[in-house]
Amino acid sequence: MSAENVDLGFDPTLKKKKKKSTKSFDESVSTPKETTPEVDDVLSGLKKKKKKSKDDSEKDDDSKTTSTDDITEALGELKLKKKKKKTTTTLDDFDKQLEKAGVLDDNNDTNTDNNNDSNNNDSNSNINNKDSSLESQDVGLPYNDLLSRFFKVLSQNNPELAGDRSGSKFRIPPPICQREGNKKTAFANVQEIADKLQRSPEHVIQYLFAELGTSGSVDGQKRLIIRGRFQPKQIENVLRRYIIEYVTCKTCKSINTQLRKESSNRLFFLVCNSCGSTRSVSSIKTGFQANVGRKKKLAV
Amino acid sequence: MSSIQNLKSFDPFADTGDDDTQPTNYIHIRIQQRNGRKTLTTVQGLPDEYDLKRILKVLKKDFACNGNIVKDEELGEVIQLQGDQRVKVMEFLTSQLQLQKKNIKIHGF
Repeated sequence: MSAENVDLGFDPTLKKKKKKSTKSFDESVSTPKETTPEVDDVLSGLKKKKKKSKDDSEKDDDSKTTSTDDITEALGELKLKKKKKKTTTTLDDFDKQLEKAGVLDDNNDTNTDNNNDSNNNDSNSNINNKDSSLESQDVGLPYNDLLSRFFKVLSQNNPELAGDRSGSKFRIPPPICQREGNKKTAFANVQEIADKLQRSPEHVIQYLFAELGTSGSVDGQKRLIIRGRFQPKQIENVLRRYIIEYVTCKTCKSINTQLRKESSNRLFFLVCNSCGSTRSVSSIKTGFQANVGRKKKLAV
Repeated sequence: MSSIQNLKSFDPFADTGDDDTQPTNYIHIRIQQRNGRKTLTTVQGLPDEYDLKRILKVLKKDFACNGNIVKDEELGEVIQLQGDQRVKVMEFLTSQLQLQKKNIKIHGF
């Protein structure tokens, strides 16, 4: 930094160049910010936060050198003009806001990020000073860094949009199975699972019976009594297949779907609430099973 | 003229061989519980061109289990095997009979 600053002091053309380079840097940084609100409104808060931290980085520059004061001022003006947002640039206000929001800890991460960015920027301008022919190549931060930063921020604030499926929305409670007598299994939380999947319990039960090749009933506590001995693991496997076939949207992998019955052709259609795609699903074929074995043997 | 690639006749509507649009007749492999920890495996929907009797003979020998062929009014002939042979049957069908994996559905727990 110091050597560079000496350089800066000597170079008469420095001001312009630094401005120029920071301008481009500014543009490149502002692009992901502009895209984030489109993704979700929740990110708008974050946007403000980031802006604040940006000011903070400016402050750092100020404290480091007095020679770059006018430059940073110009920078601040530039930014102000560009964004035309309500956030104040004065340091006192910034500190107050920080205290008010109580987000100092959260900001630390982004601050460091921004400091790094400014360092990058400095190095970029340094290159510019050394070789003015490289000026056209200076395009601010590399795209990969911006992309990774965007996804980091997105996963912090909106993990669902960043492809994280471990949220409560996507978590389905494990099936609870108790042994009911010697030959029956009680599946206690059918209702809960069906609610989570937005399916009627009847549909789920129908599928379970068809797949397991047994029969059963629902008792007074809304538990499902299945004939035969089954482990929770086995039920889970069947439920997994049910979810793949009748719940998840094939297009966007969302489980926020509806099962609709078309009255005209008596077909079941799966309508995704997230992306709006529709696909037909085959009806559960309960009687499809070649019901051989015990019953038939007994009958014969 | 035949050396020019573009002039080679290519019918875009010709059968590509892997058309998924046609409703395939799935082969269903199911399991059924019997008393205790005993189970039955049923293989239903095998194409007609195969000789079920011979397949059953091989399966019985390979898996060391008993089995028989059940005739159903709607579903045709169904192979029945003793024990949980689902994965093994699947393997046999894909490797020996060259049936496609996507046309086979394994049911049960």
